[in-house]
Amino acid sequence: MSRVYLDNNATTPVLPEVFEAMRPYFSEHFGNASSIHHHGQETRAAVDRARESVAKLLACRAPEIVFTSGGTEADNLAVFGTVSAGDHVITSVIEHHAVLNACQRLESIGCEVTRIPVDGRGVVDPADVQRALRSNTKLITIMMANNETGVLQPIEEIGKIAVEADVCFHTDAVQAAGKVRIDVGKLRCDLLTVSGHKMHAPQGVGVLFVKKGTPLNPMLYGGSHERSRRAGTENVPGIVALGQAAELARAALESGAVGQTAAMRDCLQSGVLERIESVGVNGEGSPRVPNTTNFYFDGIEGEALVIALDLQGLAVSTGAACSSGAIEPSHVLKAMGIPVQRARASVRFSLGKQNRPEEIDFALELIPQTVARLRKLSPLWGKALASS
Amino acid sequence: MSGGVDSSTVAAMLRAEGHNVVGLTMQLWNQRRLSGHPGMPEAVQGRCCSLDDVYDARRVAERIGIPYYVVNQEERFERDVVRPFVDEYLSGRTPIPCGLCNNHLKFDQLLVVARQIGADLLATGHYARLEFDGDTGRWLLKRPADHAKDQTYFLFGLTQEQLAHTIFPLGGMTKPEVRGLAHQYNLAIAEKPDSQEICFVPGGDYKRFLDAYLAEIGESLPDTSGELVTTDGDVIGEHAGIHNFTVGQRKGLGVATGNPLYVIQIKGDARQVVVGNSDQLYSNTLRVHRTNLISIADLSEPMKVCVKIRHRHEPAPAIIEAGSPGETLVTFEQPQRAITPGQAAVFYREDVVVGGGWIL
Repeated sequence: MSRVYLDNNATTPVLPEVFEAMRPYFSEHFGNASSIHHHGQETRAAVDRARESVAKLLACRAPEIVFTSGGTEADNLAVFGTVSAGDHVITSVIEHHAVLNACQRLESIGCEVTRIPVDGRGVVDPADVQRALRSNTKLITIMMANNETGVLQPIEEIGKIAVEADVCFHTDAVQAAGKVRIDVGKLRCDLLTVSGHKMHAPQGVGVLFVKKGTPLNPMLYGGSHERSRRAGTENVPGIVALGQAAELARAALESGAVGQTAAMRDCLQSGVLERIESVGVNGEGSPRVPNTTNFYFDGIEGEALVIALDLQGLAVSTGAACSSGAIEPSHVLKAMGIPVQRARASVRFSLGKQNRPEEIDFALELIPQTVARLRKLSPLWGKALASS
Repeated sequence: MSGGVDSSTVAAMLRAEGHNVVGLTMQLWNQRRLSGHPGMPEAVQGRCCSLDDVYDARRVAERIGIPYYVVNQEERFERDVVRPFVDEYLSGRTPIPCGLCNNHLKFDQLLVVARQIGADLLATGHYARLEFDGDTGRWLLKRPADHAKDQTYFLFGLTQEQLAHTIFPLGGMTKPEVRGLAHQYNLAIAEKPDSQEICFVPGGDYKRFLDAYLAEIGESLPDTSGELVTTDGDVIGEHAGIHNFTVGQRKGLGVATGNPLYVIQIKGDARQVVVGNSDQLYSNTLRVHRTNLISIADLSEPMKVCVKIRHRHEPAPAIIEAGSPGETLVTFEQPQRAITPGQAAVFYREDVVVGGGWIL
């Protein structure tokens, strides 16, 4: 079966150039980057080159880049590295579970957390952040782009508020890096998270940008890696890959190639809206990253649609998966005020650099007939038709 | 696929026969919800749909080469199985959640999902047989070859539409044969013990479950304490709550007389538990409501059948006749012991399940 992958917000394939860049670092140039001999010097240089590449992508300086095992670790480091008992934290209700659960943990160790709501379009109001500030607010953490809807948050405005209040500001940019330009100076953030596998590098590597002068307690104790901010022998192949992926992303952003992704996403979006009735976009009208669109298909369960599409070769997703692999209801859609039934009827489509227009055509062939089949067998759809 | 031997073997059999098979597990109950409440275990393993069971099912699917998905049906399960389970006990009845799960989840919501994703049939590991009766044009549910494993008692509520899209490949096999097949297919779970209890009540302690569940949803256990009375109406003691009792129960009554005492009846409204001696446990009649008929379209005249009033019960000869709409009157040839409201009464004609309903 030929398969089309439209779930790039879950993870992306490693691009050929990225794989080529990292390949020598498994068995040829394998030294521990901290070793003083030739083998270590080689890999140290490779890590530092990657560091420069990521710094360029974020418009920051190389020493401000801390490599981690991924986005989750970077989010945790941002939260636990800055906050202690008695502090107050401001976050939002739509954050990724890495931030939400870290903040929940903070509450159990004597911190207070304010969770800013979003409006129907899924956007945080900076004024709400302003209002939530207290004398003991230590950290504001608001994501740059939401993983489920792709909606972009007003990070620059929030950054301004953070600067004025002299409060540390972190943004989880996992879903934004490589898709939209990031300039940490303009954003005025002190901390920013990047995840390798969301931008065509492999799983197992990420970045926390730490603005110079930002105090940060490490979570991992051991060697003095990453200027004593994150102990642990560097994942050289992963870091090299991330560096290469960052170069490719920067080039694509500068050349406007991301526009192609947006065009395909828009084609998919309008195609679905035209061909299927009782469908809508969650987060309609909000600024979004160019690769994501989240639809609701009234009268069916998103979970069943995802399975039905997968069995025909199209990969997409809904909400978040729990440890059994079953799908959990989306806290993001709920926070946007979307009614439970409609939230359950929602499915996310997210594109990557490797997707082609033919794949969008394939999807547009498949989705309407699959939705129709589901609706025919759905008691909910039957009820909706009967009452209309 | 529950991760158990039966459903795993079914999957392997069908795959080996060349069918296009997809494995589905229902995520029904979040095992973490009540952990930590007094009396509830911290980590729950080996219950249907626990993480370990899902892991087992997933590994079987991978071993036999079929796609596998876990489907989240927690909300519906809580609404249609767990909540009624709690309400039944609090009303003085003894519920059968497995029957409700089959009616509302397994052969309803799951069957819908199965058909939506393109399947023609839902196969399960139930020990039961299905046959199409060309004369009546009806699907017949029949007892399996292995009577000891007969699960038709829990399947009485299935409709023709549901049965038309179901298969029970294990109907003609015994448990040892099934395990043998599992070994043949090299399934890691071939020796896994059967799960005997209610999947969402770890350890079988339903009273602790009631406490923990009600506390978790922010309700308190209603006070249904009241009087222990004899069948003549004499008050001989007190009880702490009607949900602590089930018909036929001997222990935990808190009163001692010369003869052993048993729970004869639970009067929910009056909060009374009626106790008596062993003879008083026997009765010839019962009424069921929400009757579902399978082998016949309706009960237009009295019919001679054998009736099971509990899962572990030898079907007893009786006459059934229609009462008010949905109700069936059952009159046994011999008095039956401890007829329990909330349980199911299932009617058999030899091996064929005529139908059944819930005991009033």
